[in-house]
Amino acid sequence: MLTNDQVRHIAHLSRINLTDEEVARLTKDLENILHYIAKLEKLDVTHVEPTSHVLPLRNVYREDIVKPSLSQSNVMKLAKTTHNGSFKVPQVIE
Amino acid sequence: MNFNELTAHEILDLLKSKKVTATEIYSSVSRAIEKRDPKIKGYVRTKTAFDESEYSGTTLQGIPISIKDNICIKDTPVTCSSHILEGFKPPYDATVIQRLRQAGASIIGQTNMDEFAFGSSTENSYYGPTKNPWDLSCVPGGSSGGSAAVVGGNEAIWSLGSDTGGSIRQPASFCGVVGMKPTYGLVSRFGLIAFASSLDQIGPITKDVRDNALLLSIIAGHDENDSTSANISIPDYTQAFTKDIEGLKIAVPKEYFIKGMEKDVESAIREARETLKKLGATFKEVSLPHTEYAVATYYIVATAEASSNLARFDGVEYGLRAFPEKSRRTPLIDMYEETRDKGFGNEAKRRMMLGTYSLSAGYYDAYYLRGQKVRTLIKNDFDKVFNEFDAVISPTAPTTAFKIGEKASDPLSMYLSDIYTISANLAGIPALSLPCGFSKNNLPVGLQIMSKPFNEEMIYRIAYRYEQSTDWHKRKVSL
Repeated sequence: MLTNDQVRHIAHLSRINLTDEEVARLTKDLENILHYIAKLEKLDVTHVEPTSHVLPLRNVYREDIVKPSLSQSNVMKLAKTTHNGSFKVPQVIE
Repeated sequence: MNFNELTAHEILDLLKSKKVTATEIYSSVSRAIEKRDPKIKGYVRTKTAFDESEYSGTTLQGIPISIKDNICIKDTPVTCSSHILEGFKPPYDATVIQRLRQAGASIIGQTNMDEFAFGSSTENSYYGPTKNPWDLSCVPGGSSGGSAAVVGGNEAIWSLGSDTGGSIRQPASFCGVVGMKPTYGLVSRFGLIAFASSLDQIGPITKDVRDNALLLSIIAGHDENDSTSANISIPDYTQAFTKDIEGLKIAVPKEYFIKGMEKDVESAIREARETLKKLGATFKEVSLPHTEYAVATYYIVATAEASSNLARFDGVEYGLRAFPEKSRRTPLIDMYEETRDKGFGNEAKRRMMLGTYSLSAGYYDAYYLRGQKVRTLIKNDFDKVFNEFDAVISPTAPTTAFKIGEKASDPLSMYLSDIYTISANLAGIPALSLPCGFSKNNLPVGLQIMSKPFNEEMIYRIAYRYEQSTDWHKRKVSL
């Protein structure tokens, strides 16, 4: 059973502001989906290793050589506000 | 001649024998877009300027291609059909775009999609829905619905899509075209805006199997910018067409033939099986016992990865930035929350919330870890079958294209339209959809062919032989 308050908490963790109407709708939607997902509980997975991805690749490194990269100005020009080559954000602490 | 209706290999033949110029081809597709796209709405952006001389001496000589709106093209807006990427112009090309440029493809436009590839109908787009070219009241499928619709609607020669749980194959099936999801790791994901990093693959959407193999040969291959890219040599996939399919062993999973499958889909698949039998393939029913858990597993794994990947859209480095009228928390948190509230649509919010929930403290073991374990079981099912069989066939989707709006208010029933395609992403195996018939309402049906990892050649070999003995791929839409 999912409560509206739980949904508000998840919304805050996801950094999404929701209206009361959205909270009510999402509570219902997520509960339906979680109910469907609960079918996985039928399976015994005690001795099964998890698959995080399918290729047998571990610790892929490249040669440690200097190569051209994007220029700082090309990247910074995409930001709404910058200051001395840094991203500028609203006040962080009161 | 309507060049827009041709395949790329047909155009290449004409170009080689100097029967047509690259400019004539480009203009023909441009005119088709002008005439057809107001109805289909498959494109979100198009380009009209074309200079033939830029492409002289290249393999593709400027043959146009359309690109799904989640693949980065340098200095061109790319939005994933989302409001949150408003104003974003990537400062670099995706690896697949670099390869297309080297081969001499010209990019004619970018195609509509479900926002961030979240959906199976292309209704979840900030730009509005795309229509199915075979019936404008139906969805084209999704999330690469724009790409499939413009190829099926002959307002493109071919296209690139991306597939996380069926997003190339299900729309290919709905629009009567050929769509391939390659083995995970075959095509570089560098520059593909991530949805679920352990499942996403870019792949070709084309009018026939030959074009599909041709396009995959161009985009596949190792890339050091993608650490999950497989370091293997890439064959010329069109060489697979020289082999017949005499004696090949094909498995049919019994779990895929369930209640809820449309009758016309079932009979088209049955007929396809007979055709393949006549061509020399042998069939046996097998079991993929964990099939019924695939959708649930997918919606844990995919949404968890999505919630993490989409955390980067925060109004700081690029894209939309918004502030609330009244402050609720600190100014920074206010900006994050308002930007993401205004920037994301309903389905994106729903999936990020689900993913955040399954990763959050106290729920991780019950959801995410369990999902990853069931993923192992699903993968093992396929490994076992491919020890004995060359390929697995099934329908691509349980139904033909559904009506616009039909499933929009019921997320779960929408998720279940990917029931046959999701397993291939979880197992990382290659899978292709190609036309195998039409319903009574003249809507295309897709046949899915799957094989073991990095055995795309086997899929193309079977698909080509099937296609050459049928004429489904030659039917054209009338708009």
